Amino acid sequence: MANVLVVAEVSEGKAKKTTHSSITFAKQVVAAAGGSFSILVIGAGAAGAAAELAAYGAEKLLVADAASLANYTAEAYAPTVAAVGKGFTHVVATASSFGKDLIPRAAARLGAGFAGDITEVVADGGAVAYKRPMFAGNAFGVAKVLTPIHAITVRQSAFAAAEPSGGSSPSENVAVEAPSGAAARVEFVGVETVKSERPDLGEAKTVVSGGRALKEKFDEVLAPLADVLGAGIGASRAACDAGYAPSDLQVGQTGKIVAPQLYVAIGISGAIQHLAGMKGSKVIVAINKDAEAPIFQVADYGLVADLFTAVPELVTAIKAAKA
Amino acid sequence: MKILVPLKRVADPDNANKVKIPASGDKIDTTGLEWKPNPFDEYALEAALRLTENGQQPKTRAGEVVVVTFGPKETEATLRGALATGADRAIRVDTTDEQLDGDLVARALKAIVEKEKPDVVLLGKQAVDGDNNQVAQLLAEYLDWPQATFAATIEEEAGALLVGREVDGGVAKLRVKLPAVVSVDLRIVAGNSVYSTKTAKTFKYNDGVRFAALPAIMAAKKKPLVEHKLAELASDTALKVSYSTYSAPPARKAGIKVKDVAELVNKLATEAKVL
Ligand SMILES: Cc1cc2nc3c(=O)[nH]c(=O)nc-3n(C[C@H](O)[C@H](O)[C@H](O)COP(=O)(O)OP(=O)(O)OC[C@H]3O[C@@H](n4cnc5c(N)ncnc54)[C@H](O)[C@@H]3O)c2cc1C
Ligand SMILES: Nc1ncnc2c1ncn2[C@@H]1O[C@H](COP(=O)(O)O)[C@@H](O)[C@H]1O
Repeated sequence: MANVLVVAEVSEGKAKKTTHSSITFAKQVVAAAGGSFSILVIGAGAAGAAAELAAYGAEKLLVADAASLANYTAEAYAPTVAAVGKGFTHVVATASSFGKDLIPRAAARLGAGFAGDITEVVADGGAVAYKRPMFAGNAFGVAKVLTPIHAITVRQSAFAAAEPSGGSSPSENVAVEAPSGAAARVEFVGVETVKSERPDLGEAKTVVSGGRALKEKFDEVLAPLADVLGAGIGASRAACDAGYAPSDLQVGQTGKIVAPQLYVAIGISGAIQHLAGMKGSKVIVAINKDAEAPIFQVADYGLVADLFTAVPELVTAIKAAKA
Repeated sequence: MKILVPLKRVADPDNANKVKIPASGDKIDTTGLEWKPNPFDEYALEAALRLTENGQQPKTRAGEVVVVTFGPKETEATLRGALATGADRAIRVDTTDEQLDGDLVARALKAIVEKEKPDVVLLGKQAVDGDNNQVAQLLAEYLDWPQATFAATIEEEAGALLVGREVDGGVAKLRVKLPAVVSVDLRIVAGNSVYSTKTAKTFKYNDGVRFAALPAIMAAKKKPLVEHKLAELASDTALKVSYSTYSAPPARKAGIKVKDVAELVNKLATEAKVL
C-alpha cells in the first residue's frame, strides 16, 4: 500500500500550479498500488495555501507555516520535509526549480533513493517504478527505487494538472523542524523576477519560441505573434546566452520542458538539447531560412522563409483568419 | 581558496541521437559514441579556475583546484584534459557507471571532501547522460553544508560566495558561507559571471571555457593523479536506484513543408485545428 506525500510549492501565500501535477502523480500511484496521499503545505502563509488544496482528495493536509520559512532555502525546508516524509512511502514534488533543489536534499536525509523528472508511473507487481527521460530525451529508462521511501520529482508537462474532486481534506499543523547547521550558513538575499503578463511556459496552450536569429529584435518580432495567439514566450539557449531573452525562458534539456497544443519555433536550428524540451508538443511549426535545419525533422508544418518577413505576415494572416 | 570539481565523462550529447536501444531493451547502447567531459562540469572547472586566479596576464593561481572522477582507467584522459586547462591535481575513483548511482557518488565524494577539506565543491547541475540533477544536493546534505544550485553568477566575498541562481521566473541570490556546495548552470561561463576577491569587477573573461595550450597539455602529463578504490570511500556500495528496461522515445510522424504563410495558416486552422 502506498502512502504518498505531495510537497506543495507555495508562493506568496498561494499554492503554485506546479503542485497539481504532483497530485496527479499521487493519484496514479494510489490507483496502481492502493493506499492514500496527503499534502504537505510548507512555507510562510502555508495555512492560506492549504485551503486552496482541500478539495483534491487528499487524506490530510499537513501544514508547516512559520515566519522562518518566508524565503525558501533547501537548508531550511529539507529537515521538515524529511521529518514529515518519514511516515510515507513516497515523497514527491514537481520538477520546478523548487522541487529539483529540495527533493534530493530531503532524500539524503531520508536515506531514500531519488528518481527525478519522471514522465510515467509504471505498475510493477503491486509496487511502482518510474519512466524517466535520459540523454536529452533520446532514451527512456524505467527506474526502480530500492529503498523503502521513494523520493520523486515529476515532469510538469507529463502529468496533467489535477482537478478538484470535491470533499474537504482535514488539515493539521505539523512542527517546523529545527534547521541543521547548514541553514545558519545560507542567507537568502533576494530574487529578481521577470514579471510577465503572458501565460507561464509550463501552463501555456501555445508557446512561441525564438532563437539566436532574432537578435535584438527578439521581443519586437515575437510579441505581436504571442499576443495574437495568446501564447507564452520561450527561447533557445543561444538566444538566452546572448541576452536577447531572459534565461528562465530557455526551453530544452536543461531549461523548461513544454508540451503545449501548438509550439512555434522561429529561427531555432533544432539542436537535440532544444528538441528535448519541446518534442512532446502536439503540433510543431518551424520557421527557418535553412531548409536543412534539424528542427524540420520534428515539425508538423515547416516554412522555409526569412523570419523577419514571415512572422509579421503570419501575425496579419492569423488576425484575418480569426476575424 | 581550495576547490574540488567532480567531473564525469559522458557519451557525447551532440551525438546522442545515435544512442541505440537494443530490441531486448536491457541497456542503452553507446558504442561508437565519443566520450567527452560533461559540459556542465567543464563549466564548473572554468568557474573554479576563475575563482582561483587574479585576472592578470600571466595568470597566477591563488589557490588549488582538484578534479575527481568516478570511472574506469580510460577516464584518466578526461582528468588529464582538466589538468591541461589548469587544474592542479586529479583523483580517479576506480569503478564503472554500472556500479554507481548518484547517491553512492555523493557518499563517496563526502569521504573525499573530508580528506581534502576544500572550501567549495563546484560541480555541474546535471550530467547530460542520466540527466539526474541530484549529486550536488545529496552531497550538500550529507556534509551538512549549504547548497547553491543552478548558479549563473558567483562572486567571492570574505568567507562566503554570493551566488545568482537560475530559478523559475528569474534569478535568486543566495549568500553561502564557506565551505559550501555550488552546482552551475549554463550562463556561468559568460564573460562576467564569476569574480574572486582578487579579480577586479571590471575584468572581463572570454565567454565560454578556456582551451589548453600545447605546452600545458605536455605539462599536464606530469601533474599528480592518484587512484582510489570505491570501497575505501564508501562502506556501503549498495545502489538505491536501478534501471530495468530502456526504450526509445516515441517517434513523431513526418511533417510537411508549406509553401507560404497563407498555406501555413490554412493548415493550422483546418487540419491541425489549433487556431
Ligand atoms: C550542456 C548543454 C545544454 C544545452 N541545453 C540547451 C537547452 O536546454 N535549450 C536549448 O535551446 N539549447 C541548449 N543547448 C544549446 C544547443 O546545443 C544549441 O546550441 C542551441 O539550441 C542553438 O540555439 P539556436 O537554434 O537559437 O541557434 P543557432 O543554432 O545559431 O540557430 C539559428 C537558426 O536560425 C536560422 N536563421 C538565421 N537567420 C534567420 C532568418 N533571418 N530567418 C529565419 N531563420 C534564420 C538559422 O538557419 C539557424 O537554423 C545546450 C547545449 C549544451 C552543450
Ligand atoms: N561518475 C561521476 N564522476 C564524477 N562526477 C560525477 C559523476 N557522476 C556525477 N558527477 C557529478 O555530479 C554532477 C551532477 O550529476 P547528476 O546528479 O548525475 O546529474 C555532475 O555534473 C558531476 O559533477
